[in-house]
Amino acid sequence: MTMAAFLSRSPNPTLATSITRSSLPTAPHFLKFPNVSPSPTHPVKLKPLTAQSSRSTPSLTTPRATATPSSSSPSSTAATSFHGLCYVVGDNIDTDQIIPAEYLTLVPSKPAEYEKLGSYALIGLPSTYTTRFVEPNETKTKYSIVIGGYNFGCGSSREHAPVALGAAGVAAVVAESYARIFFRNSVATGEVYPLESEGRICEECKTGDTVTIELAQSLLINHTTGKEYRLKPIGDAGPVIEAGGIFAYARNTGMIPSN
Amino acid sequence: MASSTITLTPTSFILNKKDLGFSAFSAPSLFSIPKCRRTVSKKICSVMTPQQSERKPSTTGSVKTAMTMTEKIFARASEKTQLSPGENVWVNVDILMTHDVCGPGSIGIFKKEFGENAKVWDREKIVIIPDHYIFTSDERANRNVDILRDFCMEQNIKYFYDIKDLGNFKANPDYKGVCHIALAQEGHCRPGEVLLGTDSHTCTAGAFGQFATGIGNTDAGFVLGAGKLLLKVPPTLRFVLDGEMPSYLLAKDLILQIIGEISVSGATYKSMEFVGTTVESLTMEERMTLCNMVVEAGGKNGVVPADSTTFKYLEDKTSVAYEPVYSDEQARFLSEYRFDVSKLEPLVAKPHSPDNRALARECKDVKIDRVYIGSCTGGKTEDFMAAAKVFLASGKKVKVPTFLVPATQKVWMDVYGLEVPGSGGKTCSQIFEEAGCDTPASPSCGACLGGPKDTYARMNEPMVCVSTTNRNFPGRMGHKEGQIYLASPYTAAASALTGYVTDPREFLL
Repeated sequence: MTMAAFLSRSPNPTLATSITRSSLPTAPHFLKFPNVSPSPTHPVKLKPLTAQSSRSTPSLTTPRATATPSSSSPSSTAATSFHGLCYVVGDNIDTDQIIPAEYLTLVPSKPAEYEKLGSYALIGLPSTYTTRFVEPNETKTKYSIVIGGYNFGCGSSREHAPVALGAAGVAAVVAESYARIFFRNSVATGEVYPLESEGRICEECKTGDTVTIELAQSLLINHTTGKEYRLKPIGDAGPVIEAGGIFAYARNTGMIPSN
Repeated sequence: MASSTITLTPTSFILNKKDLGFSAFSAPSLFSIPKCRRTVSKKICSVMTPQQSERKPSTTGSVKTAMTMTEKIFARASEKTQLSPGENVWVNVDILMTHDVCGPGSIGIFKKEFGENAKVWDREKIVIIPDHYIFTSDERANRNVDILRDFCMEQNIKYFYDIKDLGNFKANPDYKGVCHIALAQEGHCRPGEVLLGTDSHTCTAGAFGQFATGIGNTDAGFVLGAGKLLLKVPPTLRFVLDGEMPSYLLAKDLILQIIGEISVSGATYKSMEFVGTTVESLTMEERMTLCNMVVEAGGKNGVVPADSTTFKYLEDKTSVAYEPVYSDEQARFLSEYRFDVSKLEPLVAKPHSPDNRALARECKDVKIDRVYIGSCTGGKTEDFMAAAKVFLASGKKVKVPTFLVPATQKVWMDVYGLEVPGSGGKTCSQIFEEAGCDTPASPSCGACLGGPKDTYARMNEPMVCVSTTNRNFPGRMGHKEGQIYLASPYTAAASALTGYVTDPREFLL
């Protein structure tokens, strides 16, 4: 039975635009995401630092930033914080550096090729970056949080960029600002949670620092330096992330039929 | 029926017509009538009592309806009479384009979300154009074109520019080449419409006075099924380019000037509107070059108001009705930049950023290893005619390998068929051959973005290249340590002749 995806005849819903924007329109629109509950939950109990840092040999199985679920409810999959090692990059990290064009023959919607994309994440960074993001012959990174400067993800519209990061094990990116298509794709795929910092965190953190991101408080805590940084609220992307992505959002609002 | 009252005062209507001044033909209404599926009465629903005195729209309050071109396109496409920057609206899509790199992924998502047996929203509004990794032995790349073909057959997609014989591009009657140029040449770009594509340079189509921007696989998968997308209305930056275009400048120089001015993030989330006497004097291909690199400034889209040049270009290419829109006189722009084009000089963007602007003549000591003329940015017919003009003026041979990659089959045929003015009947291809350039290659995106290792003209070792392409980030054309100088076809040809980055005035004046 074939079914044309029909469009709802109800008037187009508009998102509330009451988000305060202290800077340029932060953008992006919807995404498919682990449900985020913005309301404060029980403070997430951090695992003692020793549990993480005692891993003298970075293990391949370091879980991508443990997206810690809200306290005790077993059915909840909402992520309220991210925790792990950070990898720091500079400004204008373009999509060719995130995933060079020669790897774009890999189709992200095919599971085996999705995994392979992860192994090439950030392989395009110049040799001035002495620490590799993903070790040769591996498919996962030990850095689950990427910290960047301004205009992160500029260049191509290739969705392979946030996909490669996500496939490699990145849970969240914290950048000073984003290029719009990359941000949009991050939200749409749910591969990485794109957060914006209030200042230039990339100048204050170093690759290998242990950090925690508390979404509800819009806070990034660097445990290695002991400093805390404000993050910007997610903005207009919020409702779409909360719905679980553009498809879920569209179904919730009746724009496309529910399954 | 239009549900809101359209407030029209005779004075505001007259003011608008006088101030438009873009073209002589009768301007459309103040703002476009929403294109709805149901018939909309074009009658004015209600009219205010005529003003007794000459009052500017700002004092009557009708400035609330003043919108920019991009805002108007959004309004019509979202079936609203009015909206402002920052609003998120569901927009009806007129054309969705995808290619061999992002098509398979988009198709995968479409099937996953809408079902294995789902049908696309409109088989005539989807244009599928293999162009990126075509002439390669890479198995996955070849497989990706097969995936597109299977989908097109299953869905009976009307516009699929297929290729099967990789050894001889001419043996493929449907194959076109670079998607953005093919879209224009095949009549898929029309004023006032919404065109989305799974490629960042989809913004090229803004040259036709439409909203065109790049999207990712997931968004495209959504559009395939729904025919709509949730988009945020961007504010507009206005660029007024006035003055006579010097004989040694091309649109590439203009956009490099602008990007250098506002930086690679200067237009993030914004629309870039190009107006002025210089813009009006540009051909469609030159306008395409201008809009093509809007994304290099972070721009969401670029627009050039449609005029007689646009309509003439479209005459023999499309029979689909279209309705152009124009920015209101009172429309609000975030900023306005003015350039006196007659004072500008040929530029390059030095490694490794499109905003690393420098005068070509100040880079004359930069020794180069090769020149690349091609891509959606600099591989169109007029780009090759421009390069040929420089070679003709010089009469000498190039000093470095010079790679020529026509964007589409049509461009390739023009290179071999059109006569270059002032050459005594020679074609571009003859001039290129006499100058010692490489033979023009099979049309595709080629080495603009590196690609599989066996891609023609790919940079596999660190070297310095002057290129008519759009990006020069590290590794863009292949090797991470490659150095790419972005330039116009004039500058690229001049540089090929000397073996150094060269201002084309060396040959053109």
